[in-house]
Order: sequence, then C-alpha cells, then structure tokens
Amino acid sequence: MKSISLCSIAFSVALTTVAGSAMAATTLEAVKARGSVQCGVNVGLPGFSAPDSTGKWSGLDVDYCRAVAAAVLGDAKKVSYIPLSAQQRFQALQSGEVDLLSRNTTWTLSRDTSTGFNFAPTTFYDGQGFMVAKSLGVKSAKDLNGATVCVQQGTTTELNLADYFRANGMTFKPVVIEQVDQTFDTFFSGRCDVVTDDSSALASERASAAKKPDDYLILPEIISKEPLAPAVRQGDDKWFAIVKWAVFATFDAEEKGISSANVDDFVKNSKDPDIQRILGVSPGLGAALGVDEKWAYNIIKQVGNYGEIFERNVGVNTPLKLERGLNAQWNKGGLIYAPPLR
Amino acid sequence: MTSTSTVTSSRTTPTPGFGIRVVAWLRTNLFSTWYNSLITVLIAWAIVIVADPFLRWLTVNSVVAPATADVCRQAQGACWAFIQEKYRLILFGLYPYDQQWRPAAVLALFAGLCTLSCFRRFWTPRLLLIWLAGLVVVGILMWGGILGMPFVENRFFGGLPLTIILSIVGLAVAFPIAILLALGRRSNLPVLRSLSVIYIELIRGVPLISLLFMASVMFPLFLPQGVTVDKLLRAQVAFIMFAAAYMAEIVRAGLQTIPRGQYEAADALGLSYWQKHLKIVLPQALVLVIPPLVNTFIDFFKDTSLVVIIGLFDLMSSTKASLSDAAWRGFFTEAYLVAAVIYWVICFFMSRFSQRLEHDLNRNRRH
Repeated sequence: MKSISLCSIAFSVALTTVAGSAMAATTLEAVKARGSVQCGVNVGLPGFSAPDSTGKWSGLDVDYCRAVAAAVLGDAKKVSYIPLSAQQRFQALQSGEVDLLSRNTTWTLSRDTSTGFNFAPTTFYDGQGFMVAKSLGVKSAKDLNGATVCVQQGTTTELNLADYFRANGMTFKPVVIEQVDQTFDTFFSGRCDVVTDDSSALASERASAAKKPDDYLILPEIISKEPLAPAVRQGDDKWFAIVKWAVFATFDAEEKGISSANVDDFVKNSKDPDIQRILGVSPGLGAALGVDEKWAYNIIKQVGNYGEIFERNVGVNTPLKLERGLNAQWNKGGLIYAPPLR
Repeated sequence: MTSTSTVTSSRTTPTPGFGIRVVAWLRTNLFSTWYNSLITVLIAWAIVIVADPFLRWLTVNSVVAPATADVCRQAQGACWAFIQEKYRLILFGLYPYDQQWRPAAVLALFAGLCTLSCFRRFWTPRLLLIWLAGLVVVGILMWGGILGMPFVENRFFGGLPLTIILSIVGLAVAFPIAILLALGRRSNLPVLRSLSVIYIELIRGVPLISLLFMASVMFPLFLPQGVTVDKLLRAQVAFIMFAAAYMAEIVRAGLQTIPRGQYEAADALGLSYWQKHLKIVLPQALVLVIPPLVNTFIDFFKDTSLVVIIGLFDLMSSTKASLSDAAWRGFFTEAYLVAAVIYWVICFFMSRFSQRLEHDLNRNRRH
C-alpha cells in the first residue's frame, strides 16, 4: 500500500509539473517557433494512418494533422509525424511530446476528464457491428440466437458482444482469439457464423482479406459507439480552439460545396458573406483564432474538405470501401455537423 | 582427424570414388536393416508431401513484379511483388526515401566490420580502433549534416540498421559495464558490493518491456514541459541497462571458475588489483563464458523487436508497417517470412562465430 501511495504522489507531482509549465509557453507559440506540428499518429492502420512504400504518411487521421499545420503554419507539409503505440499515446500527449493526438482514439468521458484531454470534433464515427456469410440467410442481428461468434480477446468488443446478447435474451458460443488478423482468418475459413468488430474494420477486412467479398454481409445493427476524434492537452484553450475549428472548417467546406479544386473560384467570385468570411476574403475569423486569415483557405486548398478526405482515404473507391453512413453530412442523414463559422 | 584417416586408407587401398562413398554412407546409415529402410522411405515420403506444396508456393506458383495486389490475391503462390514493392520500407523504415543509400551503406559497413572480425590475424588493438572509426562513420552516414548529406533526425532511423545499431551499440557499451558490475559484486568493499547486487537484482527482476515502458512512458513525465530526451536514446539506455545486468551475471560465473591459486599467485607477484584482473583473471574467465555470452547476444538482438511497443521502427515494426498499406493488405506470410530469414541469417552468423571463437580460444583445454 505504501509503495502505491508513494507512486501516486510521484505521479501526481509529475503531472502537476507538466500542467504548471504548460501555462508558461502556449502550444501555438511553440509550434510557430518550431515551424512544424508534432502529431501523434498510429504506427499503421490502413486508411487512417500508414506509411506508403516510400515512407510517406497518409490516411484520414494524418490528413487532420496536415489540416492543423495548414491552418497554423500555412503549409500542410509542416508536420512531424510521431508514430505512437496504443500504450504510449496518452503519455505522449500529456508530456508534450506531441501537440496533437490524431490516432483513432475513441472519445470517452474518462479520457476527457481524468486523462486530461480535450477532444476536437469527431472525425470518424465508428461502432461495433456484425458480419455474416450471406449463405447463413440472416438479415438482422436479432436472428443470431445460438450463433458461433468470432471475437478478439480482451477488448471492449468482447464485452459489448456479451451485453448485446444478454440484453436481447439470446445465447451465443464465443470463439475468442487473441489477434485481430486471426479473428478474421478464422471467420473466413468458416469456423464461426458471425464475426464482430468495429464496422470500419469489418468493411476493410471484407474488402481485403475475404476471398469473395460479395459472399459476406454486414448486418445493419450497430451495438456500440466509437467516435474517433483528435485530442489535445487540457489547459491550452487557444490551441484547442484552433484544432477544433480546423476540423469544423473541413465539415463546413463540404456542406457549402467548397473543395480543393474549386476553392480559388470561391475566393474570386463568391458573393456569399458566409463563404467570404470562411475563406478570409472578409477578415475576422483568423484574428479571433490567432492564426492567419487564410487558415481555412489553406486547409481546403491543401488538404480538402471532409468529403474529399473521407473518399480519398477510406471511401468506396479505396480498398476499404466504406460507405459514408454516420459520417455523411447532417443534411444527408449523417452526423457531420459544424456550428456556424462566424 | 579426417585428414589422418584418408592418409592411412590411401596407403592400403585407393580412395573410393565419391559415388561409391555416398552409397556406402547410405547403406550404413539409412538402409542398414529392413525396418531402417522402411522408416527412411516413410520419412522421405512425408518430407516430400509436406515440402512439395511449400516449395511450389515459394517458387513456381509465386507472383513477382510488376503484378499488382489484385493479381497476387488471385494467385496460388507467394506474392514476391509485395516484397519488391515494400522492401525499402521493411529494410530502412521511415528513413527519407531519396537518402536510403546511406543506411544501405551502413549495412554494408557493418557486414564488412563483422567479416573483418572473423579473421584472427586482424585481432589486434587496431581492430578496436577500426570498429570505433566504423561507428563514427555510421553516425555520420545516418545523421548526415556534413559532406553535402542533408541532416536526418534520428526519429527517422528505422528498419535493419536501427535493429543492428541498437544491438551493437547496446552490447558494446553494456559489456564493460557488465565486467565492472561483476567485479563489483565480488568486491570486498561492502558499499560497492551491495550497489552492484541491488542494480543487478533490480534490473533482472523486471521484464525488458517494463524497462522500455519506464524509459518511454514514465520518464518523460518527470521532465519539464518541452524538454524531451530523444526516444531512440531512451530506448538505447534501457537496453544497455538491461544487457549489462544479464551479462554481469555471466561474467561473474566466469570469474568464479578461476581457481583461487591464480588469484594468490597474482598477489604473490605483487600485481595490483587491476593488473591481476586485466592480465590474469579476466582473459581466462571471459574465454570460458563465450557460449552463454553469445547466447545473451542473440537473445538481445531479437529482443530489440520489443521497441515496437514504444513506436520505434525497427526491422519488425517496419515489417508490420509495410502491411498496413490499404492497397497491399493481407500479405502477412511473405512479409514475416522475409523478416524471419533476415533475423535467422544474423543469429546463425553470431552462433557460428561463437563456435569458432570457442574452438580457437579453448584449444588448451580440449582433451
């Protein structure tokens, strides 16, 4: 007991030191002085952040690092990517090793409070779903009573699965597997009736690992919420606002139909005061955020709007073949909604 | 041994041809009785059954560039096109693409230095200097910043050069520390002795992975904001601490085998503590512990793959990263096979080298 309390004292002292000194220099000043945004990304997650054959990073999470760099420094290329494992990601943000964590991190209450983060708006709505072989003839997860389910060990996925079946008064036989690849291999080889994971993972595994992707069906039920969002440290509201509105700018640009291809047209020809404000033609928003007035223009021009980012990295024309689903704009049945930029 | 037997046989009868010798060997070893013949045939048949599909997968059915990922997925064999596409990422990690001749040169340099160290006639104090110079050149090549080579931060170091640097620098620095720790543990000075014991037992009592975690996760929390010690350096220090504790115990085992008379003789000659150890005790003790030391080296070389949990791109993590390209998913077998072959070749080299070392240095002990 004694050692535990000593340890926790040491730990909290360490945390206070970090929080205390964070006040001294703001993240924005540090980023500008350094000339690059240090962005924590996944070591390798297809569609979200992965190095290509030449070592260049790409993906949806990576694009949000680039968007913040474009807003703050005017150049989306000024990002230092720090690949982080799942275990070290929170510490990397707490200790100031990264300015921004854009690493498929689920926004939860405890991370927003006791872990000491602030979450920018969700950039990808994920949730746990089920995939079955079409030959099983099942159309809904409610028909899965008594099914054999392949699931990865020790994850929230496993707990959600048990909760869902209990809540619906159904039974299932779990086939618990340690590795995610093996979970899907086992399912595709026919050992289980059902496999369960985040729906983006189901879709991408179906697209890449299944011999005949058309033989498999992802059921409509989503049984958990996994909103993936970029995160920053608590205690630097200015930096939080920049990251938050950089994300909103990509949402709003899509809603207004501004893309990397036509943004210059909008700058020249648009008479819409709303659009003029966003693109910095009529100044004010940039000054309020403490960045250049062309911040949103730079994001849209260099990185693109949300629709472009989505389609480029995980959309139907990529190997992941994901539908927009919950990630469509709010006026098209999705959850992507930006407050007014004014 | 073999040379003497051929000499005797050539005196009596002419040496039989190679074919006859092979047949004779087969007769005595594989087909000596009917049941041995049966077992031989059965095992040969089993090997063919198992090996045949694998060899087909490896060779005739495999797919090479310029095949795309889709072509590969339709094929029955290995997808070497994937390796051809990704080999630079696997070998060099995130090192800037247009500068990758530099880590390649580093690999060549290491290969050269190791080959040089294999020959006993190069075993002079000068070899140590050559290695030191080699490491300096490695540093210059990897970091650059001079001679027209652009500066590359060490967070871009990756792949096989990173694995080898972590191992070689780790072992080279840990070895002298290990000797000091082993001597400290056998020292008569109580403070020195207990410090050595505490260090060794503390480090040996925790898994390497937890040391790496301490170095990469806990340590930065104790530093003021903005002060970051390089991630690679932190991992390297953790490795050195770990390797030193393990090797110290091996060295101590060697020290204990040296008979008391050796120490007393040295004392009687009036040698100082350091003279006694450097000239008499250690040369004998270290030669004896070559096998367990090399065992630790090999272990340690493979343990470098644990840096995957702190986000460094060693050979193993860059192999994994190569698999996360959305366009080229699912070629796990090929990627891990290549990584395994690279690890195996290096470990096999180390183990053969140690056998040779043992053979040469323990000549006086052989009965």
